[in-house]
Amino acid sequence: MIRLEARPQPSQVMAYATPVLAVVLTMIFGGVLFAILGKDPIQAILTIFWEPIFGEFSFFYRPQLLIKGAPLVLIAIGLALGFRAGIWNIGAEGQYIVGAICGAGAGLAFYPTESVFIFPIMVAAGALGGWAWAMIPGVLKVKFGTNEILVSLMLVYVAEQLLASMSLGLLKNPEGFGFPGSRNLQQYPSAHNAELIANTGMHWGVVAALIAVIFAYVLLTRHRLGFAIRVTGEAPRAAKFGGVNPARLILFCLGMSGLLAGLAGMFEVAGPSGQISIDFNVGYGFTAIIVAFLGRLNPIGIVFAGLLMALTYIGGDIAQSQLGLPASAIQVFQGMLLFFLLALDVLANYRVRFGRAEVA
Amino acid sequence: MDLSAINPILLIAAMIAAATPILLAAIGELVVERAGVLNLGVEGMMITGAVCGFIIAVNTGSPALGFIAAAVGGAVLSLLFAFLTQVALANQVASGLALTLFGLGLSALMGQSYVGIKPPRTEATPLGALADIPVIGPIVFGHDLLVYLGLAIVAGTWATLTFTRAGLVLRAVGENHDAAHALGYKVKRIRTAAIMFGGACAGLGGAYISLVRVPQWTEGMTAGVGWIALALVVFASWKPWRVLLGAYLFGGITQLQLNLQGAGVAIPVEYLAMSPYIVTIIVLVILSADKSRAPGSLGRTFHASS
Repeated sequence: MIRLEARPQPSQVMAYATPVLAVVLTMIFGGVLFAILGKDPIQAILTIFWEPIFGEFSFFYRPQLLIKGAPLVLIAIGLALGFRAGIWNIGAEGQYIVGAICGAGAGLAFYPTESVFIFPIMVAAGALGGWAWAMIPGVLKVKFGTNEILVSLMLVYVAEQLLASMSLGLLKNPEGFGFPGSRNLQQYPSAHNAELIANTGMHWGVVAALIAVIFAYVLLTRHRLGFAIRVTGEAPRAAKFGGVNPARLILFCLGMSGLLAGLAGMFEVAGPSGQISIDFNVGYGFTAIIVAFLGRLNPIGIVFAGLLMALTYIGGDIAQSQLGLPASAIQVFQGMLLFFLLALDVLANYRVRFGRAEVA
Repeated sequence: MDLSAINPILLIAAMIAAATPILLAAIGELVVERAGVLNLGVEGMMITGAVCGFIIAVNTGSPALGFIAAAVGGAVLSLLFAFLTQVALANQVASGLALTLFGLGLSALMGQSYVGIKPPRTEATPLGALADIPVIGPIVFGHDLLVYLGLAIVAGTWATLTFTRAGLVLRAVGENHDAAHALGYKVKRIRTAAIMFGGACAGLGGAYISLVRVPQWTEGMTAGVGWIALALVVFASWKPWRVLLGAYLFGGITQLQLNLQGAGVAIPVEYLAMSPYIVTIIVLVILSADKSRAPGSLGRTFHASS
């Protein structure tokens, strides 16, 4: 007979051990999955986790780590703030798209003028777009008590349609021979989010992600607002007695996560992706949810989690071309990781006891 | 624009068919939530059901076997959620999201070699002369079995929740799990059963999309229907008959915007395609003032700590 006994305090050791354990378990079960798909499991795991960093072509893949990791970390940092307070913004994908549309739109409005002010304006527009999109569920929740999970998610589908409409209409490249998609911002120097140091993948989005991590860390550990977030998540009633204004907290958390997701979208469209197109978004907003949990909703943890998830994206691409592993296999792999993480969390909050309960 | 191309009788019949996937998923989720569990994985279970049903229907040539497989697939996937939330006591919101993300990936993986194949046709229920009655015939009697099954599940759920002992126990578990536990009811067992029922219903709803509505397999083809079903349960204040009303409303909007797209209305296609999601938000706003009907233990983790 196995029983669970609530721990008075969550175990610190387990809090650090469970993400590592979850990754190991995911590798094992992922290997089983790859074996079922008829691939050599060890080779597949090595291709995903080893090849991008230490393999023969790692000089090409390593910069990708920052390029793919930066948006994940940026979005996850914002999500983690809300998740800690029990505010569930799961529509980051939509805020990411709207941020990209606003950022690219602001830049293209000046085309072909060259000026140093254009890029900062685009950054502001992207942040504002993401913020505004996240404020819709925020304001509705505060004013009417509407469920923010459902509203933020519905807005993802609305944003996807908006993206399609923009790339076929308003933002379509007038010199694009009728193909959908905007002008390529990589060919517009004032708007291009270029690599800051060549061949490192380091662009302004990476800088923004690092600033966001430091900002979130200070906020959560040193600032009154961060304390309010933590108390609200752990004991909402206590927070209310302590004078936390829930409405303001909701607006702050949703607004901040929207702003960061918008920034991520803007840096992506101006840099690595280059243009607004129908399939511009690749699901960073959803993967960031896994990143936030894998990082234990802790800013420093999120950096490691973001890099690990970026690694699975890159490794997944390599495995796709070299081993013929289907693209969706890596999606299953990422989903599995979240499962193991949530399941293992029980070890941090409860003690596992064997044997019968003694009679009290 | 040519609105006369829209035949009102066919439109209403199509609306009823369009409502069926939402109806099935929502009634399943209603039972889950009445048992006090918030499963946000409806979208993941639907898409898994959609692909399971599709694969079996194509390989056996029998849509009926496909639908059974879809229900089983949805229920099996929901067991993962049941394990996370009932055994490992994980947060229900996070576990539901995990189920959706996992389900979307798994379905894409399973269905990759089935893209572009046509499934066997699901025939209308042979109701003979009834279907030939003008106007009423095509609207009421011209559907396949799943449409009627959906209605039967709604009626059955309503009757079970209202009149039977099992329904009473289920509601007790949802309203106050500690009290139900003190009375000796097996909270976790009852909740697991409810979760599996929800999974089976969501799976059926998903298969209805891949086998009847579209009918084809494409990745992510449920396109948020699972989330609309979740919103619908709130809209319905956790009452079965109001789920039916809501599903027809949403099915109606989905179908209407498709028909308007087809008729070439001056509104761009993208904006028409947004409409079901925007309407969902508006309805949620209007109805969110009244939260009093929500089950008391909804979303709370149960751990018998005594």
